[in-house]
Formats: sequence, C-alpha cells, structure tokens
Amino acid sequence: MTEQNNEVSALAERLESGDRRAAARIISMLEDNDTGARDIIKAIYPKTGKAHIVGITGPPGAGKSTLADKLTRAVRASGRSVGVVAVDPTSPFTGGALLGDRVRMQDHFTDPEVFIRSMATRGWLGGLAKATKDVVKVMDAMGKDVIFVETVGAGQSEVSIIQAAHTSIVVEMPGLGDDIQAIKAGIMEIGDIFVVNKSDRADSARTVSEREMMLDLNQSKAAWRPPVLQTVARDNKGIEELLVKIDEHMVHLRDSGQLDDYFKKQVRAEFEDLLREELAKYMLEEYTAKNVLEKVLEKLERRELDPYSAVQQLMEPLCKK
Amino acid sequence: MPKKIRVLIAKPGLDGHDRGAKVVARALRDAGMEVIYTGLHQTPEQIVETAIQEDVDHIGLSLLSGAHMTLIPRVLELMKTNNMEDVTLSAGGIIPDEEAEMLKAQGVVGVYGPGTPTQEIVDFIKNTVKRK
Ligand SMILES: Nc1nc2c(ncn2[C@@H]2O[C@H](COP(=O)(O)OP(=O)(O)OP(=O)(O)O)[C@@H](O)[C@H]2O)c(=O)[nH]1
Ligand SMILES: [Mg+2]
Repeated sequence: MTEQNNEVSALAERLESGDRRAAARIISMLEDNDTGARDIIKAIYPKTGKAHIVGITGPPGAGKSTLADKLTRAVRASGRSVGVVAVDPTSPFTGGALLGDRVRMQDHFTDPEVFIRSMATRGWLGGLAKATKDVVKVMDAMGKDVIFVETVGAGQSEVSIIQAAHTSIVVEMPGLGDDIQAIKAGIMEIGDIFVVNKSDRADSARTVSEREMMLDLNQSKAAWRPPVLQTVARDNKGIEELLVKIDEHMVHLRDSGQLDDYFKKQVRAEFEDLLREELAKYMLEEYTAKNVLEKVLEKLERRELDPYSAVQQLMEPLCKK
Repeated sequence: MPKKIRVLIAKPGLDGHDRGAKVVARALRDAGMEVIYTGLHQTPEQIVETAIQEDVDHIGLSLLSGAHMTLIPRVLELMKTNNMEDVTLSAGGIIPDEEAEMLKAQGVVGVYGPGTPTQEIVDFIKNTVKRK
C-alpha cells in the first residue's frame, strides 16, 4: 500500500514538472480504472482548475480533428501550451477501437508543449464523461493552458463531456440538412460557438443562415449570443477569427461571473456523481455479501415485492437518525 | 475492466501506400485492441513521441520504402533513450531474411513479410504483450 502511495506521489510529482511519460501512464491508470487512479486524482486535484477547456463536437467527418490541429497551431503561436483529448468510439462487438484523429495532427507530435491523447469510449455507459474529465485534469495539472476535447456529437455521454467544457464548439458542414437532428440532440443549447467548416463548398452560406435563424428562434436572455463562424480548416482559413471568439468567450465567462458558477456546478456535479456511484456500489456489495440481495431479487421476480419498497427496505438502516 | 492492449501502427518513410497498414490496424481493432493510427510519412521522432503520449504496449511499423535498415534502428535507439523497455516493436514490409535477423538481434520482436496472414500478426502481438 505504501509502496503504491510512493509510486503515486512520484508520478504526480513528475507530472507537475511536465513529464510526458508520467502523464501518459497516469492517463492509462485512469482509463483502466486502476486501483492507483483514485490516489492520483487526490494528488493532482489541487493543481487543477487553471486550463481553458474547449469542447469540439459535431458529426463524423465535419473536420473536428483538422480544426483541433489548426487551432493548436494558432494557440501555440500565441505562446500558450495545448492538450488534446480525442475520443473515438469503441466497437460494441469486439471491444476494440481504431483511433485515427492523430492523422490530422502530425505537425505537433514533437512539440514538447503539445500533448495529445486518443481515447476510446470503451463500455463506460455514461462513465465516459467521468473518464474524460479525469484525463483533462491530468493535462490541466501538467500545466497545459488550453485543452481541446474532440468527440462525435451523438448520445448523452458526449453531450455531458461537452457540457464539462468552458467553451463548446459545435462544428457542422454544409449540406447535411439535419436541423431537426441538431435540435433533438440538444446541440443548439450546448453550443457557445458554431462553426460551419468546409466553407469552400458552395452551399455554406445557406448553412450559416439556417444556423443563425435557429439561434434567433432559440434566443434566451443570455448575454452571450453564440456566433456562427465559417472556416476552411483544411486550408487554415478562419482559424484566427475562431480563436479570437474562443478567447472572448472565456473573458465573457469571467466578467459575467459565469466562470464561478461553472466551477460551483462542476464541483457539485462531480461530487454528487461520485457519491451516488460509491454509495450504490457499497450497498450492492454489502447486501450481496449478506445474501440479502439475492432474496430481494427473488421476491421481485415473483412479484411479491415491488422495486420501490425493496429499495426503501434496504435503505432503512441508513436512514436511522 | 481488463486492461486493453494499445498498439501504435505507424508508417515511417516516404512511400505513399498505407493499405497494408490499415488492414493490419483494422484486424487488431477487430481482435479487441485499441489501435492508434497516425498516417503516412512519420519520422522516427514522431513515432516514438506518439508511442509515449499514447502509452502503447506495442509499436507496429509498416515499411515499403526500403529504408528499413536506417529507420528501424533509429526508432529502437529513440526507444532506448526514452527508457521504453516495456514497449515492444515489430515491423512489416519487404525485408530480406538476413536483414530481418539483424533487426531481431537489435531488439525487434517480430518481422512480417508481405502476405503474412493478418491473424498471424494479431496472435503474435497478443502473445508478445501478454508475456510482459
Ligand atoms: N473541403 C474541405 N475538406 C475538409 C476541410 N476540413 C477538413 N476537411 C477534410 O474532411 C475530412 C475529415 O476531416 P477530419 O478532421 O478527420 O474530421 P473529423 O470531424 O475529425 O472526423 P471524425 O473524427 O472521423 O468524426 C478530411 O479528409 C479532411 O481533410 C475543409 O475545410 N474543407
Ligand atoms: Mg476526428
């Protein structure tokens, strides 16, 4: 145990000094849910909370990785360091994953101020958001100034990843015509900046005006009206303007006090999630060990008991004052 | 959750075909591994740095350019400088037998010639990683 503690604190120390191998190792421990993972987070937590976390989401092939690549270049030119977390789906059939986002980011592989990590969604079922947040924490503790998180914008866990970012960029491309999909996915609500990439294509202006119209319909009292920008990521066009908006959004968050709210919300959500998870795990283990769970489940199967009463019964000893 | 095997498939050198590399990458994915694919024209420096950041268990190089006797030793050298004793390296491509032996003597764990069944590569990498 102490040996492991020593290993953990050594890793945490190396991480703080920017050691890439330590960072890589720690991320793997978090991904594998290794027993040391929890201690790592304990050790690095005080060092986190400094980076600007920018989510990049959108349909497959919209140009998210290309944008992340060009944005990385622009952020580096401004003298800041960059972390990139690129999430790709795990095959539900084989458990394997092909992580190809790096293909677009080759220019930065040997820049010591850029750290890129590819992540597979694995079988997390909602835990993905937690794993991603933890990986972001590692890069944050490592001292990266701006952290890009790329995910395909589909499904609840992706939405919650993006909600964990300070600034969320929704990337679209002309000619998809999936306005209804966008509303359904709740993407209109989470986007702080909308980007119509591949604006070298003919119908890009229409996509922009459609998006503008929807944002006007969606108008709330919020002080930040999400801008709609055009880029040609492949040709590095519109990237400077996009970075200006990203930085402006952070200034807006700070000036309006929303950044404080953001931290409050994040801290609370994270704490509640963890408490819920640990509590449920503890209870299940306890009642399994005491052979109670099996009996309760049998009663449920025979319809002699309903799930609400079952949970209430199991909770009773906890609720005693 | 059991630990996933992570493999980097990289294409060093100047040749412009990555069909073989992609076929292998897909086969490894289908065997349940997480495969990081980085595209064409990688320098040994880029390959080793990627392997570090992605914390892979194994690096698979795919070469057709004939420059294997300079590129592969360079990758091995960089792996040594970075103390990556826990990462293994294999290579696929047109590599004559005597050169394959030389590379193995330097630390490459496997060399696959053209036409090697992908299942053989999958099994080889699985066993190599498991043995560590
Ligand atoms: N015409 C055009 N093509 C682009 C542009 N930006 C990116 N592409 C191309 O679009 C394809 C997909 O780009 P990626 O950056 O990989 O897209 P992605 O959204 O990250 O894709 P996934 O991660 O697979 O969902 C590549 O072939 C890019 O070269 C652009 O502005 N114009
Ligand atoms: Mg991508």
